[in-house]
Amino acid sequence: MQLSEKQKKDRLSFREFVDNEIIPNAGTYDREERLAGELIAKLAAQGYNGAVLPEKYDGRAMDFITYGLLNEELGRGCASVRGLVMMQNMVALTILKWGTEEQKERWLKRIASGETVAAFALTEPDFGSDAMHIETSITDEGDSAFIINGHKKWITLGQTADLFLVFGKRRGKLTAVLVEKDSPGFHRTAMGGLLGVRASMLAELHFDNCIVPQENVVGRPGFGFVPVGITALNLGRYSIAWGCVGIGQACLEACLDHTSKRKQFGDYLKNHQLIQEMIADMTVSLKAGRLLCYQAGHLHEEGDQNAIMEIMVAKYFTSKMAFSIANNAVQIHGAAGCGSDSPVQRHLRDAKIMEIIEGTSQIHQIKIADYAYKEQAD
Amino acid sequence: MIDNRSMIRTFLSRYIRNFDLKDDTDIFGGGLVNSLFAMQLIAFLEKEFSITIENTDLKLNNFRSVNAMASFIDTKA
Repeated sequence: MQLSEKQKKDRLSFREFVDNEIIPNAGTYDREERLAGELIAKLAAQGYNGAVLPEKYDGRAMDFITYGLLNEELGRGCASVRGLVMMQNMVALTILKWGTEEQKERWLKRIASGETVAAFALTEPDFGSDAMHIETSITDEGDSAFIINGHKKWITLGQTADLFLVFGKRRGKLTAVLVEKDSPGFHRTAMGGLLGVRASMLAELHFDNCIVPQENVVGRPGFGFVPVGITALNLGRYSIAWGCVGIGQACLEACLDHTSKRKQFGDYLKNHQLIQEMIADMTVSLKAGRLLCYQAGHLHEEGDQNAIMEIMVAKYFTSKMAFSIANNAVQIHGAAGCGSDSPVQRHLRDAKIMEIIEGTSQIHQIKIADYAYKEQAD
Repeated sequence: MIDNRSMIRTFLSRYIRNFDLKDDTDIFGGGLVNSLFAMQLIAFLEKEFSITIENTDLKLNNFRSVNAMASFIDTKA
Protein backbone atom coordinates (compact mmCIF):
# COMPACT_ATOMS: atom_id res chain seq x y z
CA MET A 1 0.00 0.00 0.00
CA GLN A 2 1.58 3.23 -1.14
CA LEU A 3 0.52 6.37 0.69
CA SER A 4 0.46 9.75 -1.02
CA GLU A 5 2.83 12.45 0.21
CA LYS A 6 -0.10 14.23 1.84
CA GLN A 7 -1.20 11.07 3.61
CA LYS A 8 2.34 10.54 4.91
CA LYS A 9 2.48 14.13 6.11
CA ASP A 10 -0.91 13.83 7.79
CA ARG A 11 0.11 10.59 9.49
CA LEU A 12 3.20 12.28 10.90
CA SER A 13 1.08 15.15 12.15
CA PHE A 14 -1.37 12.74 13.81
CA ARG A 15 1.49 10.89 15.44
CA GLU A 16 3.03 14.05 16.85
CA PHE A 17 -0.30 15.17 18.28
CA VAL A 18 -0.88 11.81 19.94
CA ASP A 19 2.67 11.68 21.33
CA ASN A 20 2.42 15.19 22.76
CA GLU A 21 -1.20 15.57 23.80
CA ILE A 22 -2.66 12.13 24.42
CA ILE A 23 -0.08 9.57 25.50
CA PRO A 24 1.20 11.64 28.47
CA ASN A 25 -2.37 11.85 29.81
CA ALA A 26 -3.90 8.53 28.77
CA GLY A 27 -3.19 6.80 32.08
CA THR A 28 -4.81 9.65 33.99
CA TYR A 29 -7.87 9.57 31.74
CA ASP A 30 -8.16 5.85 32.42
CA ARG A 31 -7.78 6.12 36.21
CA GLU A 32 -10.07 9.15 36.53
CA GLU A 33 -12.54 7.65 34.06
CA ARG A 34 -12.99 10.89 32.15
CA LEU A 35 -11.45 12.92 29.38
CA ALA A 36 -10.17 16.40 30.13
CA GLY A 37 -12.53 19.14 28.96
CA GLU A 38 -9.85 20.99 27.06
CA LEU A 39 -9.00 17.84 25.11
CA ILE A 40 -12.20 18.10 23.06
CA ALA A 41 -11.23 21.63 22.04
CA LYS A 42 -7.73 20.48 21.09
CA LEU A 43 -9.10 17.60 19.00
CA ALA A 44 -11.56 19.94 17.31
CA ALA A 45 -8.82 22.49 16.64
CA GLN A 46 -6.94 19.79 14.74
CA GLY A 47 -10.07 19.17 12.69
CA TYR A 48 -10.45 15.63 14.01
CA ASN A 49 -14.06 15.99 15.20
CA GLY A 50 -15.13 16.84 11.66
CA ALA A 51 -12.51 14.71 9.94
CA VAL A 52 -14.89 13.20 7.39
CA LEU A 53 -16.95 16.35 6.82
CA PRO A 54 -16.40 18.51 3.74
CA GLU A 55 -14.77 21.92 4.11
CA LYS A 56 -18.15 23.52 3.56
CA TYR A 57 -19.00 22.43 7.10
CA ASP A 58 -15.56 23.27 8.50
CA GLY A 59 -14.46 19.64 8.17
CA ARG A 60 -11.04 18.27 7.19
CA ALA A 61 -12.51 16.40 4.22
CA MET A 62 -10.22 13.45 4.88
CA ASP A 63 -10.25 10.56 2.45
CA PHE A 64 -11.06 7.22 4.03
CA ILE A 65 -7.45 6.05 4.19
CA THR A 66 -6.34 9.23 5.94
CA TYR A 67 -9.23 8.88 8.38
CA GLY A 68 -8.00 5.36 9.05
CA LEU A 69 -4.48 6.59 9.72
CA LEU A 70 -5.89 9.12 12.18
CA ASN A 71 -7.73 6.36 14.01
CA GLU A 72 -4.64 4.17 14.15
CA GLU A 73 -2.66 6.94 15.78
CA LEU A 74 -5.44 7.89 18.20
CA GLY A 75 -5.88 4.22 19.08
CA ARG A 76 -2.17 3.94 19.72
CA GLY A 77 -2.55 6.64 22.33
CA CYS A 78 -5.89 6.07 23.99
CA ALA A 79 -8.92 4.03 22.93
CA SER A 80 -11.27 6.38 24.77
CA VAL A 81 -9.99 9.41 22.88
CA ARG A 82 -10.31 7.51 19.61
CA GLY A 83 -13.86 6.63 20.65
CA LEU A 84 -14.67 10.29 21.17
CA VAL A 85 -13.45 11.22 17.70
CA MET A 86 -15.18 8.17 16.21
CA MET A 87 -18.47 9.19 17.77
CA GLN A 88 -18.31 12.75 16.43
CA ASN A 89 -17.63 11.50 12.92
CA MET A 90 -20.27 8.75 13.08
CA VAL A 91 -23.01 11.21 13.92
CA ALA A 92 -21.67 13.93 11.63
CA LEU A 93 -21.40 11.61 8.63
CA THR A 94 -24.90 10.26 9.26
CA ILE A 95 -26.35 13.78 9.34
CA LEU A 96 -24.30 14.72 6.27
CA LYS A 97 -25.55 11.74 4.26
CA TRP A 98 -29.12 11.35 5.49
CA GLY A 99 -30.03 14.52 7.38
CA THR A 100 -32.13 17.41 6.12
CA GLU A 101 -30.50 20.61 4.91
CA GLU A 102 -31.70 22.28 8.13
CA GLN A 103 -30.04 19.59 10.25
CA LYS A 104 -26.79 19.91 8.32
CA GLU A 105 -26.77 23.68 8.68
CA ARG A 106 -27.59 23.52 12.36
CA TRP A 107 -25.28 20.79 13.56
CA LEU A 108 -22.34 19.97 11.32
CA LYS A 109 -20.20 23.05 11.93
CA ARG A 110 -20.93 22.80 15.64
CA ILE A 111 -19.76 19.20 15.77
CA ALA A 112 -16.66 20.02 13.74
CA SER A 113 -15.77 22.91 16.05
CA GLY A 114 -16.32 20.91 19.23
CA GLU A 115 -19.08 23.30 20.31
CA THR A 116 -21.46 20.34 20.17
CA VAL A 117 -20.43 16.89 21.39
CA ALA A 118 -22.45 14.20 19.69
CA ALA A 119 -23.27 10.63 20.67
CA PHE A 120 -24.91 7.58 19.13
CA ALA A 121 -27.65 5.96 21.21
CA LEU A 122 -28.74 2.54 19.99
CA THR A 123 -28.00 -0.03 22.72
CA GLU A 124 -30.59 -0.75 25.42
CA PRO A 125 -30.39 -2.81 28.60
CA ASP A 126 -32.05 -5.78 26.92
CA PHE A 127 -31.02 -5.26 23.29
CA GLY A 128 -27.49 -4.93 21.95
CA SER A 129 -26.67 -7.20 19.03
CA ASP A 130 -30.40 -7.73 18.48
CA ALA A 131 -30.79 -4.09 17.50
CA MET A 132 -33.86 -4.63 15.35
CA HIS A 133 -35.89 -5.34 18.50
CA ILE A 134 -35.09 -2.24 20.51
CA GLU A 135 -38.00 -1.08 22.65
CA THR A 136 -37.61 2.70 22.83
CA SER A 137 -40.85 4.12 21.48
CA ILE A 138 -41.34 7.23 19.39
CA THR A 139 -44.94 8.38 19.15
CA ASP A 140 -46.46 11.33 17.35
CA GLU A 141 -47.64 14.27 19.42
CA GLY A 142 -49.76 16.18 16.95
CA ASP A 143 -48.09 17.03 13.65
CA SER A 144 -44.99 18.68 14.97
CA ALA A 145 -43.55 16.73 17.90
CA PHE A 146 -42.49 13.25 18.96
CA ILE A 147 -42.72 11.77 22.43
CA ILE A 148 -39.89 9.36 23.23
CA ASN A 149 -40.05 6.76 25.98
CA GLY A 150 -37.29 4.30 26.68
CA HIS A 151 -33.95 3.54 28.23
CA LYS A 152 -30.52 3.41 26.57
CA LYS A 153 -27.43 1.95 28.21
CA TRP A 154 -23.64 1.85 27.64
CA ILE A 155 -23.80 5.05 25.59
CA THR A 156 -20.31 6.40 24.84
CA LEU A 157 -19.99 10.07 25.89
CA GLY A 158 -23.46 9.81 27.38
CA GLN A 159 -22.29 11.79 30.41
CA THR A 160 -21.17 14.80 28.42
CA ALA A 161 -22.78 14.81 24.96
CA ASP A 162 -24.99 17.69 23.86
CA LEU A 163 -26.70 15.87 21.01
CA PHE A 164 -27.79 12.25 20.66
CA LEU A 165 -28.72 10.29 17.58
CA VAL A 166 -31.37 8.11 19.22
CA PHE A 167 -32.86 4.98 17.68
CA GLY A 168 -36.37 3.85 18.50
CA LYS A 169 -39.57 2.55 16.96
CA ARG A 170 -42.32 4.70 15.52
CA ARG A 171 -45.46 2.86 14.47
CA GLY A 172 -43.43 -0.34 14.71
CA LYS A 173 -40.74 0.94 12.32
CA LEU A 174 -37.17 1.68 13.33
CA THR A 175 -36.54 5.39 13.32
CA ALA A 176 -33.60 7.70 14.12
CA VAL A 177 -34.14 11.03 15.88
CA LEU A 178 -31.81 13.77 17.08
CA VAL A 179 -32.31 14.60 20.76
CA GLU A 180 -30.71 17.55 22.49
CA LYS A 181 -29.53 17.19 26.08
CA ASP A 182 -31.96 19.78 27.41
CA SER A 183 -35.02 18.23 25.80
CA PRO A 184 -37.92 17.95 28.26
CA GLY A 185 -38.13 14.46 29.72
CA PHE A 186 -34.48 13.55 29.05
CA HIS A 187 -32.03 12.73 31.81
CA ARG A 188 -28.92 10.60 32.19
CA THR A 189 -26.98 8.72 34.83
CA ALA A 190 -23.23 8.17 34.66
CA MET A 191 -21.76 4.66 34.48
CA GLY A 192 -18.36 3.83 35.93
CA GLY A 193 -16.00 1.02 36.82
CA LEU A 194 -15.95 -0.55 33.38
CA LEU A 195 -13.37 -3.09 32.28
CA GLY A 196 -11.96 -0.94 29.49
CA VAL A 197 -12.29 2.35 27.60
CA ARG A 198 -12.90 3.74 31.06
CA ALA A 199 -12.61 7.37 29.98
CA SER A 200 -15.47 7.05 27.50
CA MET A 201 -17.83 8.63 30.00
CA LEU A 202 -20.58 6.11 29.45
CA ALA A 203 -24.07 6.81 30.66
CA GLU A 204 -27.56 5.44 30.79
CA LEU A 205 -30.07 7.64 29.02
CA HIS A 206 -33.65 7.90 30.18
CA PHE A 207 -36.47 9.18 28.00
CA ASP A 208 -39.60 9.79 30.06
CA ASN A 209 -42.14 11.39 27.75
CA CYS A 210 -39.21 13.21 26.17
CA ILE A 211 -40.44 15.74 23.63
CA VAL A 212 -38.54 16.57 20.42
CA PRO A 213 -39.63 18.26 17.19
CA GLN A 214 -40.60 15.91 14.36
CA GLU A 215 -38.17 17.78 12.14
CA ASN A 216 -35.42 16.01 14.14
CA VAL A 217 -36.01 12.70 12.39
CA VAL A 218 -32.95 11.56 10.38
CA GLY A 219 -33.58 9.52 7.26
CA ARG A 220 -36.97 7.94 7.07
CA PRO A 221 -38.71 5.37 9.27
CA GLY A 222 -38.65 1.70 8.32
CA PHE A 223 -36.57 1.02 5.21
CA GLY A 224 -35.09 4.50 5.52
CA PHE A 225 -33.70 3.66 8.93
CA VAL A 226 -31.36 0.95 7.71
CA PRO A 227 -28.97 3.18 5.75
CA VAL A 228 -28.92 5.65 8.65
CA GLY A 229 -27.92 3.03 11.20
CA ILE A 230 -25.48 1.24 8.94
CA THR A 231 -23.80 4.45 7.74
CA ALA A 232 -22.92 5.21 11.35
CA LEU A 233 -21.99 1.67 12.36
CA ASN A 234 -19.92 1.15 9.23
CA LEU A 235 -17.77 4.18 10.00
CA GLY A 236 -17.60 3.09 13.64
CA ARG A 237 -16.35 -0.37 12.72
CA TYR A 238 -13.77 1.12 10.38
CA SER A 239 -12.54 3.41 13.15
CA ILE A 240 -12.36 0.51 15.61
CA ALA A 241 -10.48 -1.68 13.13
CA TRP A 242 -7.81 0.97 12.68
CA GLY A 243 -7.87 1.76 16.40
CA CYS A 244 -7.08 -1.88 17.10
CA VAL A 245 -4.10 -1.63 14.79
CA GLY A 246 -3.06 1.33 16.93
CA ILE A 247 -3.43 -0.70 20.12
CA GLY A 248 -1.33 -3.45 18.58
CA GLN A 249 1.31 -0.97 17.43
CA ALA A 250 1.51 0.59 20.89
CA CYS A 251 1.95 -2.82 22.51
CA LEU A 252 4.56 -3.92 19.98
CA GLU A 253 6.55 -0.74 20.46
CA ALA A 254 6.36 -1.13 24.24
CA CYS A 255 7.58 -4.72 23.96
CA LEU A 256 10.44 -3.87 21.60
CA ASP A 257 11.57 -1.21 24.04
CA HIS A 258 11.15 -3.33 27.19
CA THR A 259 12.85 -6.42 25.80
CA SER A 260 15.80 -4.34 24.63
CA LYS A 261 16.37 -2.97 28.14
CA ARG A 262 15.53 -5.77 30.54
CA LYS A 263 17.90 -8.63 31.21
CA GLN A 264 17.07 -12.03 32.66
CA PHE A 265 19.46 -14.97 33.01
CA GLY A 266 22.29 -12.68 31.95
CA ASP A 267 20.88 -11.71 28.58
CA TYR A 268 18.38 -9.22 27.18
CA LEU A 269 14.83 -10.54 26.88
CA LYS A 270 14.93 -9.91 23.12
CA ASN A 271 17.57 -12.63 22.79
CA HIS A 272 15.34 -15.28 24.35
CA GLN A 273 13.68 -17.33 21.65
CA LEU A 274 10.30 -17.64 23.35
CA ILE A 275 10.17 -13.85 23.50
CA GLN A 276 11.18 -13.70 19.81
CA GLU A 277 8.28 -16.02 19.01
CA MET A 278 5.80 -13.61 20.59
CA ILE A 279 7.40 -10.58 18.93
CA ALA A 280 7.27 -12.32 15.56
CA ASP A 281 3.59 -13.24 15.96
CA MET A 282 2.74 -9.70 17.05
CA THR A 283 4.56 -8.24 14.07
CA VAL A 284 2.98 -10.52 11.49
CA SER A 285 -0.57 -10.23 12.77
CA LEU A 286 -0.22 -6.47 13.05
CA LYS A 287 0.91 -6.20 9.44
CA ALA A 288 -1.94 -8.44 8.32
CA GLY A 289 -4.49 -6.41 10.28
CA ARG A 290 -3.21 -3.14 8.89
CA LEU A 291 -3.43 -4.49 5.34
CA LEU A 292 -7.05 -5.55 5.90
CA CYS A 293 -7.78 -2.01 7.02
CA TYR A 294 -6.09 -0.55 3.96
CA GLN A 295 -8.06 -2.86 1.70
CA ALA A 296 -11.37 -1.98 3.36
CA GLY A 297 -10.57 1.71 3.16
CA HIS A 298 -9.57 1.47 -0.48
CA LEU A 299 -12.79 -0.37 -1.39
CA HIS A 300 -14.84 2.25 0.43
CA GLU A 301 -13.07 5.00 -1.48
CA GLU A 302 -13.96 3.16 -4.68
CA GLY A 303 -17.63 2.99 -3.66
CA ASP A 304 -17.48 -0.80 -3.82
CA GLN A 305 -20.49 -2.52 -2.24
CA ASN A 306 -18.16 -5.10 -0.70
CA ALA A 307 -16.56 -2.39 1.43
CA ILE A 308 -19.16 -2.90 4.17
CA MET A 309 -18.24 -6.55 4.52
CA GLU A 310 -14.50 -5.93 4.18
CA ILE A 311 -14.76 -3.43 7.02
CA MET A 312 -16.45 -6.14 9.10
CA VAL A 313 -13.66 -8.55 8.17
CA ALA A 314 -11.06 -5.99 9.23
CA LYS A 315 -12.84 -5.16 12.50
CA TYR A 316 -13.28 -8.83 13.38
CA PHE A 317 -9.65 -9.66 12.69
CA THR A 318 -8.03 -6.62 14.24
CA SER A 319 -10.09 -6.72 17.45
CA LYS A 320 -9.02 -10.33 18.06
CA MET A 321 -5.51 -9.38 17.03
CA ALA A 322 -5.34 -6.40 19.41
CA PHE A 323 -6.48 -8.51 22.35
CA SER A 324 -3.94 -11.22 21.53
CA ILE A 325 -1.10 -8.74 21.09
CA ALA A 326 -1.98 -6.85 24.26
CA ASN A 327 -2.26 -10.13 26.16
CA ASN A 328 1.25 -11.10 25.02
CA ALA A 329 2.51 -7.60 25.78
CA VAL A 330 1.41 -7.93 29.40
CA GLN A 331 3.04 -11.37 29.49
CA ILE A 332 6.31 -10.02 28.16
CA HIS A 333 6.28 -7.15 30.66
CA GLY A 334 5.57 -9.52 33.54
CA ALA A 335 4.75 -7.79 36.81
CA ALA A 336 5.71 -4.45 35.26
CA GLY A 337 2.85 -4.89 32.83
CA CYS A 338 0.26 -5.43 35.53
CA GLY A 339 0.54 -2.16 37.43
CA SER A 340 -2.04 0.58 37.12
CA ASP A 341 0.57 2.85 35.52
CA SER A 342 1.40 0.37 32.77
CA PRO A 343 0.02 1.27 29.35
CA VAL A 344 -0.06 -2.36 28.22
CA GLN A 345 -2.56 -3.42 30.90
CA ARG A 346 -4.77 -0.51 29.82
CA HIS A 347 -4.44 -1.60 26.20
CA LEU A 348 -5.39 -5.17 27.17
CA ARG A 349 -8.57 -4.01 28.92
CA ASP A 350 -9.42 -1.64 26.07
CA ALA A 351 -8.76 -4.33 23.44
CA LYS A 352 -11.32 -6.65 25.02
CA ILE A 353 -13.99 -3.98 24.59
CA MET A 354 -13.19 -3.79 20.87
CA GLU A 355 -14.37 -7.39 20.46
CA ILE A 356 -17.78 -6.36 21.75
CA ILE A 357 -18.69 -2.88 20.53
CA GLU A 358 -20.20 -1.99 17.14
CA GLY A 359 -21.10 -5.65 16.70
CA THR A 360 -19.66 -8.51 18.71
CA SER A 361 -17.14 -10.87 17.17
CA GLN A 362 -19.88 -13.48 17.03
CA ILE A 363 -22.20 -11.25 14.99
CA HIS A 364 -19.25 -10.54 12.71
CA GLN A 365 -18.56 -14.26 12.31
CA ILE A 366 -22.15 -14.91 11.21
CA LYS A 367 -22.01 -12.15 8.60
CA ILE A 368 -18.52 -13.08 7.41
CA ALA A 369 -19.46 -16.74 6.97
CA ASP A 370 -22.44 -15.70 4.86
CA TYR A 371 -20.13 -13.42 2.86
CA ALA A 372 -17.72 -16.32 2.27
CA TYR A 373 -20.48 -18.45 0.70
CA LYS A 374 -21.49 -15.57 -1.56
CA GLU A 375 -17.89 -15.02 -2.63
CA GLN A 376 -17.42 -18.70 -3.39
CA ALA A 377 -20.48 -18.71 -5.62
CA ASP A 378 -19.30 -15.70 -7.65
CA MET B 1 -24.86 -2.57 -24.23
CA ILE B 2 -26.06 -3.89 -20.88
CA ASP B 3 -29.25 -2.17 -19.82
CA ASN B 4 -30.00 -1.00 -16.28
CA ARG B 5 -32.31 -3.88 -15.49
CA SER B 6 -29.68 -6.44 -16.46
CA MET B 7 -27.11 -4.78 -14.23
CA ILE B 8 -29.55 -4.76 -11.32
CA ARG B 9 -30.49 -8.40 -11.92
CA THR B 10 -26.82 -9.41 -11.95
CA PHE B 11 -26.21 -7.58 -8.69
CA LEU B 12 -29.28 -9.09 -7.02
CA SER B 13 -28.42 -12.60 -8.17
CA ARG B 14 -25.37 -12.45 -5.93
CA TYR B 15 -27.55 -12.01 -2.88
CA ILE B 16 -30.71 -13.85 -3.83
CA ARG B 17 -29.98 -17.41 -4.87
CA ASN B 18 -32.12 -20.37 -5.75
CA PHE B 19 -35.05 -18.10 -6.46
CA ASP B 20 -36.70 -17.25 -9.74
CA LEU B 21 -36.44 -13.50 -9.45
CA LYS B 22 -38.82 -11.58 -11.71
CA ASP B 23 -38.49 -7.90 -12.49
CA ASP B 24 -41.54 -7.19 -10.35
CA THR B 25 -40.64 -9.49 -7.41
CA ASP B 26 -40.82 -7.64 -4.08
CA ILE B 27 -37.34 -8.42 -2.71
CA PHE B 28 -37.92 -6.75 0.65
CA GLY B 29 -41.49 -7.92 1.22
CA GLY B 30 -40.46 -11.48 0.51
CA GLY B 31 -37.81 -11.53 3.20
CA LEU B 32 -35.19 -12.39 0.58
CA VAL B 33 -32.54 -9.99 1.89
CA ASN B 34 -31.17 -8.66 5.18
CA SER B 35 -30.52 -5.16 6.48
CA LEU B 36 -26.87 -5.07 5.41
CA PHE B 37 -28.02 -5.78 1.88
CA ALA B 38 -29.97 -2.51 1.79
CA MET B 39 -26.77 -0.55 2.34
CA GLN B 40 -24.86 -2.64 -0.20
CA LEU B 41 -27.66 -2.00 -2.68
CA ILE B 42 -27.39 1.75 -2.13
CA ALA B 43 -23.61 1.60 -2.63
CA PHE B 44 -24.10 -0.40 -5.82
CA LEU B 45 -26.72 1.94 -7.27
CA GLU B 46 -24.71 5.06 -6.44
CA LYS B 47 -21.51 3.71 -7.97
CA GLU B 48 -22.80 1.90 -11.03
CA PHE B 49 -25.32 4.54 -12.08
CA SER B 50 -23.42 7.61 -10.87
CA ILE B 51 -26.30 8.85 -8.78
CA THR B 52 -26.51 10.19 -5.23
CA ILE B 53 -29.22 8.69 -3.08
CA GLU B 54 -30.51 11.18 -0.55
CA ASN B 55 -32.76 11.35 2.46
CA THR B 56 -35.86 12.02 0.38
CA ASP B 57 -35.12 8.98 -1.83
CA LEU B 58 -35.27 6.52 1.09
CA LYS B 59 -38.65 5.10 0.19
CA LEU B 60 -39.15 1.38 -0.11
CA ASN B 61 -41.07 1.88 -3.34
CA ASN B 62 -37.84 3.09 -4.99
CA PHE B 63 -36.02 -0.16 -4.21
CA ARG B 64 -38.72 -2.80 -3.94
CA SER B 65 -38.04 -4.58 -7.24
CA VAL B 66 -35.90 -4.52 -10.37
CA ASN B 67 -38.57 -2.47 -12.09
CA ALA B 68 -38.81 -0.04 -9.18
CA MET B 69 -35.05 0.50 -9.13
CA ALA B 70 -34.85 0.98 -12.89
CA SER B 71 -37.60 3.62 -12.72
CA PHE B 72 -35.90 5.29 -9.78
CA ILE B 73 -32.60 5.47 -11.67
CA ASP B 74 -34.39 7.06 -14.60
CA THR B 75 -35.77 9.78 -12.33
CA LYS B 76 -32.29 10.49 -10.94
CA ALA B 77 -30.60 10.66 -14.32
